[in-house]
Amino acid sequence: MKKIEAIIRPEKFNIVRDALTELGYPGMTVTEVKGHGSQKGISEVWRGRRYRVDLLSKIKIEITVKDADVEKIVNTIVNESQTGSIGDGKIFIFNVENVYRIRTKESGEAAI
Amino acid sequence: MKCVFNKINNVKISTWLLLITLGIFALNAVVVHAGDPNGSTTYSDSIGGLKYSVNFIWTLLGAFLVFIMQAGFAFLGGFLRQKNMLGYMAHCFIDSTLGAIVFYLFGFALMFGGSKLTPGLDFGNSLIGWDGFFLSGRSYDVQTIMFWLFQMVFATKAVSIIAGAVAERMKFVPYIIYSCLMCGLIYPIYGHWVWGGGWLSTLPFGAGVKDFAGCACVHTIGGIMAFVGAWVLGPRKGKYNPDGTPNAIPGHNLVYVVIGTLILAFGWFGFNAGSTLAATDLRMSVVASNTFIAAAAGASIMLFLTWAMTGYIDVLFICNGALAGLVAITAPCAYVAPWAAAVIGLLSGLIMRGAVWLVEVKMKVDDPLGAVAVHAANGIWGMLAIGIFADGTYGGVSGLITGTGWQLLAQAIGTGVAIGWAFAWGAAIFFILKYTMGIRVSDLVESEGVDIHIHGSPCYPVEERYIGNVGEAMIDLNQEREQLSLLEEAMSKDAGREKIYSDKLGRWVYARLKTEKKR
Repeated sequence: MKKIEAIIRPEKFNIVRDALTELGYPGMTVTEVKGHGSQKGISEVWRGRRYRVDLLSKIKIEITVKDADVEKIVNTIVNESQTGSIGDGKIFIFNVENVYRIRTKESGEAAI
Repeated sequence: MKCVFNKINNVKISTWLLLITLGIFALNAVVVHAGDPNGSTTYSDSIGGLKYSVNFIWTLLGAFLVFIMQAGFAFLGGFLRQKNMLGYMAHCFIDSTLGAIVFYLFGFALMFGGSKLTPGLDFGNSLIGWDGFFLSGRSYDVQTIMFWLFQMVFATKAVSIIAGAVAERMKFVPYIIYSCLMCGLIYPIYGHWVWGGGWLSTLPFGAGVKDFAGCACVHTIGGIMAFVGAWVLGPRKGKYNPDGTPNAIPGHNLVYVVIGTLILAFGWFGFNAGSTLAATDLRMSVVASNTFIAAAAGASIMLFLTWAMTGYIDVLFICNGALAGLVAITAPCAYVAPWAAAVIGLLSGLIMRGAVWLVEVKMKVDDPLGAVAVHAANGIWGMLAIGIFADGTYGGVSGLITGTGWQLLAQAIGTGVAIGWAFAWGAAIFFILKYTMGIRVSDLVESEGVDIHIHGSPCYPVEERYIGNVGEAMIDLNQEREQLSLLEEAMSKDAGREKIYSDKLGRWVYARLKTEKKR
């Protein structure tokens, strides 16, 4: 089992979610996060004085799937959320040791 | 490059504005003042003089109340999404400031020249007036200027109506152009026909077109312009599915909507009751009560209607119902009895609900604040209601219930002219602007919100810990611009995506890019 953690542009979230829903996924956790990588923030104006918003809002999607499904989910996210501009985000893949479903006490792949 | 070009343009525009302002000052410096600028001839220590005094207080109080309605309009921005709130605020604010200047410069003169209502408004014919420019010369008079203040706040309300319909997607410069034209030409000229002694007010049917506080002059004109504006702009992204069914786009703060409605209702007392323009006209108590009775009736009918239709008490529709009642009673408030006000209010709620359905589902015009349903539909209804419910106790206006249909004919002509006038101007302005400078923001701006792209800051800025001051070395404008254009390109590609109906989900989803499909 793998956990996919994707950080993407908020303006692309709708499209990514629609694409993932069409594809099918076991479950999704979405968090609004702030941060930056190579994108060094954007500048805004407050009564004539410029300031910089260093930490930009992004959306973090967490999906835990069977090993076999990782590739197609990652491809979908990359294809749909890529704009080519700095700040498109990153995807991290983690190994997941075990999963428990609280309602039924199932564990392992059956619990995803 | 575009940025630099804009800068040059801005410099040019501001130079022109400066020259115009200087010209006005120069013109005023040589004009002889012949009115009554300090009120000493208007006022005298007698009953007659005191009458002037109380009438002044009443009209000015009305003007102040109408002014606060702008805050109500601004609060209705709760219907919009957070990312576009500041843009809407800016529209409302610009209307009440820039609009006031335009109305001061020439709108007032076009509207009331020749009406002879107050000193210094002598020249004009039944089509247009031309006296009282810049409130100088003989119109530099306490009465005329009091009258100007009251009319100015009305004009700026008429302009603000459209801000709600074009919100979230309109460019700023076209909005300013529209705002100036509305305040300086469209509203004043129609207003002259009805209020300034023009041809509509002297129609030979009934008592001529009667519009007590502006159902046609303010609301129908504003509402129809709003309809044309929203229609030419096109719907917001995501509002309609490919098969034409509308989606809900929830706003961001319902507290604002309720507060805004209450402030508007409060200001409306000044709007209607203040329109007697005289505290010696005791009909104002009936006017004020009728105003609120209609609002309450409009809200109540929506309470039960939404409950019956959806099973929920839909506060947004109740608020809109109250506004619908207020708009519909604006014209008939002085001519009808309280029972008629209640009937007008009840029907206005239903008309508003019907108009929302007609505009949103049938005509497919996206109107985020419901300006068309509230102002246009009920402005028309209010005008016709005079011809039906006027009971002949005030101003010699009698409607169908007293057995005469002539007033209804006059009202119908007045309303028809208002619709045609606003539609023609609206179509001309918006289509010309659309094909010259463009009226709609780019896909990127629409997706990220007009606030940060046009106004430089979100309406609700991020917390302090997320920001830093900008060092010179940190700004690489070339890189920023390059990245922005990449993003712009990607977003406009997304806008070209076809939506497909997913049987699995039972709803419309974004499909692959069009270009990819062709390959």
